[in-house]
Amino acid sequence: MQKKRIVLNYPQHLVDQPVISKLVKDYDLIVNIMRARITPKEEGRLVLELIGKRAGMEAGFKYLSEIGVEIQPLAQDVKWHEDRCTHCTACISVCPTKALDVERTNMEVSFKRDKCIACELCIPVCPYQAMEILF
Amino acid sequence: MAKTIEEINEKIKKGKAVVLTAEEIIDYAAEKGVKRAAQEVDVVTTGTFGPMCSSGAYFNVGHSKPRIKLGGGKTYLNEIPVYTGFAAVDFFLGATAMPEDDPRNKIFPGKFAYGGAYVIEELVAGKDVRLTATAYGTDCYPRKALETYISLKDMNEAVLLNIRNAYQNYNVAVNLSEKVIYTYMGVLQPKMGNANYCNAGQLSPLLNDPLYKTIGIGTRIFLGGGIGYVVGNGTQHNPGVKRTEGGVPKTPSGTLCVTGDLKMMRPKWLRGTSFTGYGVTLTVGIGIPIPILDEEILRYTAVRDEEILAQVVDYSDSYPQCIPGSIGEVNYKQLKSGRITVQGKEIPTSGLSSYLKAREIAQILKEWVEAGKFFLTQPVELLPSVNSGIAFKALKERPIKKKE
Repeated sequence: MQKKRIVLNYPQHLVDQPVISKLVKDYDLIVNIMRARITPKEEGRLVLELIGKRAGMEAGFKYLSEIGVEIQPLAQDVKWHEDRCTHCTACISVCPTKALDVERTNMEVSFKRDKCIACELCIPVCPYQAMEILF
Repeated sequence: MAKTIEEINEKIKKGKAVVLTAEEIIDYAAEKGVKRAAQEVDVVTTGTFGPMCSSGAYFNVGHSKPRIKLGGGKTYLNEIPVYTGFAAVDFFLGATAMPEDDPRNKIFPGKFAYGGAYVIEELVAGKDVRLTATAYGTDCYPRKALETYISLKDMNEAVLLNIRNAYQNYNVAVNLSEKVIYTYMGVLQPKMGNANYCNAGQLSPLLNDPLYKTIGIGTRIFLGGGIGYVVGNGTQHNPGVKRTEGGVPKTPSGTLCVTGDLKMMRPKWLRGTSFTGYGVTLTVGIGIPIPILDEEILRYTAVRDEEILAQVVDYSDSYPQCIPGSIGEVNYKQLKSGRITVQGKEIPTSGLSSYLKAREIAQILKEWVEAGKFFLTQPVELLPSVNSGIAFKALKERPIKKKE
């Protein structure tokens, strides 16, 4: 079994189609939708966690590419600018997955990319613009 | 056996002074005992790195040819308006000033991405900023407009002047309402979803000298990565509040007014800061050395986070309506653990003041003293203390009568 966190960009013509349903039924993937948004121009953006067998995952990705869905790994989209971070810990109480966490012995903040679900809660909370989401 | 500042400075000169940070002194005093620690240790260094809104800087930019009188006109640094009510080419830039066309909170919550504090950070980083001005013109200052790049090295004077910094203790902010609120204490989630505090606790300068026995007018300090001085008490200095047996105030209390040459400072320790929905501010690094003159002073510097209490205040109603009152009392050890319990509810905490950076400042100051680069000062006057009779007044509004 594999686990992957990805960001899907839907073109406008696919917004009304049951794409996720196909991933589940035809490719036997477990889908955890972490975020879903339709922009004003009706393009869709989904942040997903996918769990499944390697073959199913590859076939699923192939299907997505063929219908015109753009796939990118989640990690690319979220940036912690360490040089801007002052380790104040303002973000710590709002981060739901502890991707932003603090080592209590020395009060040093760290960012664990693989735990981030790109919820963006840290963005307005950080007074130093240390978090950036490149959507 | 009491020591004097002169004796300590003599030791610093010889490279023999024993210097510990306000964090290191805790275990040292516990291990050796107060008496022995007070004999052995000469200086304890403190530090804080947090947002301090009443910060700013004044500048003299030199005279243009032909001359211009900025006073009475409008002057900007990177589109941030400065105060020009001085002689021809002096002006003051406030940390919270923002561009005139910033939408503020018209699109709520506003981002406040740029302002005076960012200009200060950029200048200190050695960057060019745009100086633009319009003036009314006089016989001796005929010019009416100015547009030029300028950097810190071009200026005659560039001086940080912060009229209220280094608050001795502060509120812990929560939100009792049903909606998210955006405050100078950060974003507060509804129904006490989080609690924000803003103090370095056991490393904080004034919490290590709670009764102002050593810090006063003229005290030499670490300021923004350079050297600064205490001008006197800061605005809203309020020494007469309730205190613990150890003298530590339980609510916001003393404050400092500080100044220093901006040209000696570092952008790492003067950071432009934006609070969503609130505004721009400057995060300032301050470190103050405390001379261990006797056992009493040593005892103050050995204060621990668990001995420093803070009040939990509702920022949805109590604070904005100026209704006094605390809904809970917690200590800094609890705050730094990440969870506090208020009215039976467990709440996650976040800091706004960086403890990691506060420690770094105390460490840098320690190294400066150890290296014989930084000497202690005898204050000209100590700060007003508990018996000064100073009380913090609210504004008493008196309606202005309209003229007939």
